[in-house]
Amino acid sequence: MIGLTHYLILATLLFGIGLFGVLAKRSAIAVLMAVELMLNAVNINFVAINKYVVPDTGVGQLFALFVIVVAAAEVAVGLALIINIFRQKKSVNLHDFNLLKW
Amino acid sequence: MDISLADLAFIILAGFTLLTALGVVLFKNIVHSAIMLVFSFLGVAGIYFTMHAGFLGLVQILVYAGAISVLIIFAIMLVMNQDPEKTNLPSPNIPNIMAGTYLTILLVGALVGSIWFTSFPEKVAPVSGDELGLLTGLMLGDYVIPLELAALLLLVAVVGAIILARGAEHK
Repeated sequence: MIGLTHYLILATLLFGIGLFGVLAKRSAIAVLMAVELMLNAVNINFVAINKYVVPDTGVGQLFALFVIVVAAAEVAVGLALIINIFRQKKSVNLHDFNLLKW
Repeated sequence: MDISLADLAFIILAGFTLLTALGVVLFKNIVHSAIMLVFSFLGVAGIYFTMHAGFLGLVQILVYAGAISVLIIFAIMLVMNQDPEKTNLPSPNIPNIMAGTYLTILLVGALVGSIWFTSFPEKVAPVSGDELGLLTGLMLGDYVIPLELAALLLLVAVVGAIILARGAEHK
């Protein structure tokens, strides 16, 4: 019998995979993709808690929708930044992005 | 122990989503990672469908599997200047990988343990079948200002992304 616990555990595992990607990858685009996985995990949590704890309102689904909107904006701006840095550095390796270090 | 059809659908979709997500993180070729990312988004959309959140599942397919993944693949094609088999290597810094692995295991272990041993105040969901009506009522009722702000945010972000990507002209 699948219940809230299983959905929350699925979201936790997905979030963990995303966290590992953020911490252990060196390509900036790979890090951005891992962040997307983490946002998806959060959305699963929102919808699952909405369905199983407060089933008579739709607020969790609405917040998941807002998360999707903000994620779309984040990806657009993040990829534009990466392309811009790539023009100057000829690399998307995060270890080459040290403009603000001395 | 009997498994109903809905449970079977959840198990298959969850396994598919987790495997493709692992593929995103572990593949060496970033194009393969991006394609795995699309499948992972589709799996999450299926998870929404098992929770009777049909509208959100459709938005997930349209926005994530459609728009965001195309944007990511486009950016990958624009910045690929080396052997594709080496585009998505793990960080060369060994402490980074160790820290990532340990933090992930710690976080997932602690969270799964605490979720498993917590009893949540679950209610039996009334099968209304009209989530879309509920959602639109909220969107154009209590949450109309956040909705408009979200639209404004998207506009500003897209215009900003265009200016960032093609470079502003200095006079």
